[in-house]
Amino acid sequence: MPYILCFTVNRFMSPIPLSYYLVVSTLIFFIGMLGVLTRRNVLIILMSIELMLNAANINFIVFSYYLNSLRGQIFVFFVMTVAAAEAAVGLAVIVYLFRNKNTVNDDEFSLMRW
Amino acid sequence: MLLVIIFTIFAAITIISAGMVAFSQNIVYSAFSLLFTFFGIAGLYVLLAADFLAATQLLIYVGGILVLLLFGVMLTHKIQEVNLSNESMRLAPAAIVVLAFLGLLSIAIYRTQWPTVPVPELTPTTARIGTLFMTDYLLPFEIASLVLLTALVGAVFIARGRVKK
Amino acid sequence: MRNFVDQLVNNYEFLETFPRPLLYLIAMVAASAIILGFIAILVMFFVWLERKVAGHMQDRYGPMEVGRHGWLQSIADGIKLFLKEDIIPALADKPLFVIAPIIVFVGAFSAFVVVPFSENLIVADLNIGIFYILAVSSLTVIGIIMAGWSSNNKWALYGAMRSAAQIISYEIPVGIALLAAVLPAGSLSMRDIVLAQSGGFWNWFIFRNPPFGFVACIIYFVAALAEVNRTPFDIPEAESELVAGYHTEYSGMRFAFFFLAEYANMFLVGTIVTTLFLGGWEFPIFPSAFAFLNPIIFVLKGIALVFVMMWLRWTLPRLRVDQLMYVSWKVLLPFAFACLFGVSAWMLLLHSA
Repeated sequence: MPYILCFTVNRFMSPIPLSYYLVVSTLIFFIGMLGVLTRRNVLIILMSIELMLNAANINFIVFSYYLNSLRGQIFVFFVMTVAAAEAAVGLAVIVYLFRNKNTVNDDEFSLMRW
Repeated sequence: MLLVIIFTIFAAITIISAGMVAFSQNIVYSAFSLLFTFFGIAGLYVLLAADFLAATQLLIYVGGILVLLLFGVMLTHKIQEVNLSNESMRLAPAAIVVLAFLGLLSIAIYRTQWPTVPVPELTPTTARIGTLFMTDYLLPFEIASLVLLTALVGAVFIARGRVKK
Repeated sequence: MRNFVDQLVNNYEFLETFPRPLLYLIAMVAASAIILGFIAILVMFFVWLERKVAGHMQDRYGPMEVGRHGWLQSIADGIKLFLKEDIIPALADKPLFVIAPIIVFVGAFSAFVVVPFSENLIVADLNIGIFYILAVSSLTVIGIIMAGWSSNNKWALYGAMRSAAQIISYEIPVGIALLAAVLPAGSLSMRDIVLAQSGGFWNWFIFRNPPFGFVACIIYFVAALAEVNRTPFDIPEAESELVAGYHTEYSGMRFAFFFLAEYANMFLVGTIVTTLFLGGWEFPIFPSAFAFLNPIIFVLKGIALVFVMMWLRWTLPRLRVDQLMYVSWKVLLPFAFACLFGVSAWMLLLHSA
């Protein structure tokens, strides 16, 4: 009765080829990258960075599965930790910037541009 | 076969909603489609036998980060307006850069001989992850907690504004 | 579920012709549908019970018209909500407005997949059981924010923001208090947690590791009350301030979804307390003699806890926002940590010898 899913995967289905997952994660990564490069709203950029981090996480898990080692999963935990910290600090910064400039368009934040 | 169908569904959910996140003109739609991205990725984790991580993904990303992002959206816009729009810029150069990288990576994925070893019996991962955290990865684990504490203090300090004397 | 299907195939030979994974899939879908129907009916009973409890506590009868003592009232209400016109406000954000109740509903009902009604009566005994519940119930927050924002109504938005802040804050004491039961069980699986408490009420985790098990149970219950937005923590839908909070603009079936989800969440809290602290499906004394009553006992324990929630609702006044945050961060959280520490210390002292 326990672990039904694991059981079904084991017995009745051949696993999906590794490259399928890589294609998915690559697509997500580049969608995120395109978001970072083209969007001017800081919040969207933050979300796109989360997408890129998630794509990297998928890769970690795929390889940990196919190499039969848990180290990849451990790394995903650290990535999640950093993502959580990044989101918290990033949002604090964005709220602070918004208070000063009254916008979240990143073209406006050019005070330190040379 | 069944597994491929399930995989396709999750992958489609993930990619379509990721596209919505990056390209939607309405920032609130972007934020909410992130929910489906995270959900689809959690589904992929389940297919990859990372059961504990799938639940963690939902708990941290959906329950934590996404809510934070939504608060961010609502604190930095005039929330009475339902239609919050923002345009995207410099599409052409960005597309060139991204396509170049994408091509490079696709070639890498295509050319490499990926391992196709028969995957051994899947077992629950929770206990083994816990053991690894308490043995091999104890120091990074402690440092991660320190990172979180620092982020917490820093975020509070930045966001609370100036204290009037 | 797997054993059940295997048994079925052994007994009925014509089933052999179907591929086994398909049978498992059908069995799981059927089991989920049954549990969904059962919870939905139970929730309708709770809606009636709430009105009766409220009535009797205020020295009146509550609904009396439909059926004997109004027992059909919920069905009448359901029919009314079902037949009502489906109104979407003109300035609302339509897609989000439509999706929001579904997300809240899914978040509330998918948690019941791992609830163990008896030793073999679980849809899926996931090895991460309780953690899975925490994970899927975090969907509710997003649904609530979505509902509040898409309604384009300031009361709805205030309610949603309050609710989100509240649920996020109380998730932390909830998680830590639950660990006080997970630690002695040594497992996250709901079934294993109950099995670890078998053999009479003195083995229940609420009485284990005194007094920390008891305190953890109380902390979980109080924090969970806040998570499901019940009085005294119902500031997200405070009628006297915010009309109805995040579901102000909803009517008809969409409102019914929110309503069902709210009561399903209450029962979910009841079942979690039952499973983790009150011995699950076991009868308090001589559990093996009453084994045939197991599912009924489990549901009765859950209903008793839901009754306590209703009792609290009609007894206590609502907290202010600052008091709410004070309770979470300065009262529940430190005590939850103390419980975790105490439980660990007890286990270390008892088991190292």
